Amino acid sequence: MRQLKERYRYSIILLKQLVKTDFKLRYQNSFLGYLWSLLRPLALFVIMYVVFVRFLKVNYHVPHSAVYLLVGLVMWNYFGEVTSGSIGAIVGRGDLLRKLNFPKYTIVLAGSVSALINLAINLVVVGIFMVVQHVGIEMHILYVPLLILELFVFAIALAFFLSALFVKFRDVNYIWEVIMQAAFYATPIFYPLLAVPSGHHLRQIVMLNPLAQIIQDMRYCIVTNKTPTIAYAYNAGWVRAIPIAITILLAVIAGSYFRKRSKYFAEEI
Amino acid sequence: MDEVAIKVEGVYKDFRLPHEQAGSIKNVFTHALRSIRKKRVYDTQHALIDISFEIKKGEFFGIVGRNGSGKSTLLKILAGIYQPNKGNVSVDGRLVPFIELGVGFNAELTGRENVYLNGALIGFSKDEIDAMYQEIVDFAELEKFMDQKLKNYSSGMQVRLAFSLAIRAETDILLIDEVLAVGDADFQKKCFTYFKNLKQRNKTVVFVSHDMHAVEEYCDRAILIEKNKIVVRGSSREVATAYTRMFLEQNNSNGQLKTKEKRWGNNAVKYEHISVMPEKLDDSGHFKVLTVAKVNHDVEEAVFGFSVRGTDDKRLFGTNNKLRQKRQTNLKKGDQINIEWRVPNILNTGNYVLDVAIQNEDYTEVYDWWEGASKLLVERSEENSYPVHPTIEVNIKKES
Repeated sequence: MRQLKERYRYSIILLKQLVKTDFKLRYQNSFLGYLWSLLRPLALFVIMYVVFVRFLKVNYHVPHSAVYLLVGLVMWNYFGEVTSGSIGAIVGRGDLLRKLNFPKYTIVLAGSVSALINLAINLVVVGIFMVVQHVGIEMHILYVPLLILELFVFAIALAFFLSALFVKFRDVNYIWEVIMQAAFYATPIFYPLLAVPSGHHLRQIVMLNPLAQIIQDMRYCIVTNKTPTIAYAYNAGWVRAIPIAITILLAVIAGSYFRKRSKYFAEEI
Repeated sequence: MDEVAIKVEGVYKDFRLPHEQAGSIKNVFTHALRSIRKKRVYDTQHALIDISFEIKKGEFFGIVGRNGSGKSTLLKILAGIYQPNKGNVSVDGRLVPFIELGVGFNAELTGRENVYLNGALIGFSKDEIDAMYQEIVDFAELEKFMDQKLKNYSSGMQVRLAFSLAIRAETDILLIDEVLAVGDADFQKKCFTYFKNLKQRNKTVVFVSHDMHAVEEYCDRAILIEKNKIVVRGSSREVATAYTRMFLEQNNSNGQLKTKEKRWGNNAVKYEHISVMPEKLDDSGHFKVLTVAKVNHDVEEAVFGFSVRGTDDKRLFGTNNKLRQKRQTNLKKGDQINIEWRVPNILNTGNYVLDVAIQNEDYTEVYDWWEGASKLLVERSEENSYPVHPTIEVNIKKES
């Protein structure tokens, strides 16, 4: 029991230092430093806003379409940062792994936590946009932490899986790049869900993706209750349990895979 | 006192070396296809074979062996970095998780930031480091450099900082791999003081080293690993002796030292024959180096010299006839010069190389330069691990 406590103590100490180091190193030698974690998504947002809202005049069928778009983008960015960033995380620490015995999951967890800090900063910007655009706040906003938790679990599950897989198969990063590109278009981030044809259960299938469910629910909770959610797509509330179940199942499988593989990281890198 | 700190039972470790570079999906497919036809696509290398030993609490335990014998793999298994394929390692007490100094040091961070990072890796919280920060810096003597990036540190400075941190690790069992190989004499002195201190505090230490002197001095017991097995176990003295013998025997069986023979010069004066008497040097006070040289062209003066070098390529001693005030001038073609050097044997057990040379009087011209002209094989009856072994006479009178 004491040993267990001791091990957790070590993990927490490690986690704090890894996150701190990550932040220190990430924007080192860059002129604007930490500001980039804000500027980058904002710049992307401006591009998308100009292209889709101003030029293509996409109709989102919702009020506050700028904030609506920004929320989707911010959530997507978090997902991308965690998963793509995790792939090389274990291999990149090879030197450390060969010389030190430490809980390997702290590496992946540290990446997720620093992305989470970025997400928090980005959500502050979303808040500022909401004030500027006079978006009303409703009781649903209390669900936001739960949605972020779901996103956190979903992203870290994939991060565990990808980082462990990359140790053995160095093609993973290329494959994941393609998958991310496809997933970006398969998720209603910059196009409205209603733009998906209603036939062939296409909308229903799109919404089974936990990422689509989370983003739409998030928009529903903080921007407008006119957002079509998974419950709307299926016309049934219980369906929301499916993406959550997928997330949990994925977390269990990825977690045990990572645990099993992590013993051999040192010799396989 | 006789409690066991580390118990290693029948540990095997294999490494699988793929024939081709695996590690891409394509290879998995092609390998999958191939393994239907042919079973093996990789070689198995046995890094450790049936290793068993026990280390008692408070013991200073040495692991010695040549490069590639498997001792570092064993240390990594003890640290939990590698998993054994078979067998079991049980550890009672807290063990340092690192096997090298300065793990995780980042060149882009300042000295101060690295102290906190490395400190966390060896298990210290920020508050704990805060409390001992000044001590760490003082011990490393780097006060003025702590806000500079580590990439601007010399390697000696990095080692000092790493060592200063590592010795704070308050665990029951320490693993030390070749720390003595780095750092200057001053730093090594600090290491030794630290080891003495560890012994006094009754810490369990596993010590991997090539330095038989250090092994004999600090270790209570040791094992010798050769070709991935334990070949000798016992007191540190026994193991150190066996290790030195092993080197000697291997060199004898090879017939040649690793240093190759090299010879050049303009041959104006050239050695015809070199010999060392006796063939095998023992405790008999002196040995002789006999050389025969022939003059091929008239020269004003020739200086004949020799030096003795150890297997580590360090020159130990040497001289020439000019230094010894026996100059040879006005040499004519056809002359033959016979020289006999009588040398007191201060060499310790081991293999040595004899280099000889002939040059002109101001050493600007090489007539004959012959490295590895002869071998010296020394076997002394008394065992010790000092680099030299003069025969020391002792007179003791006891008065009461």
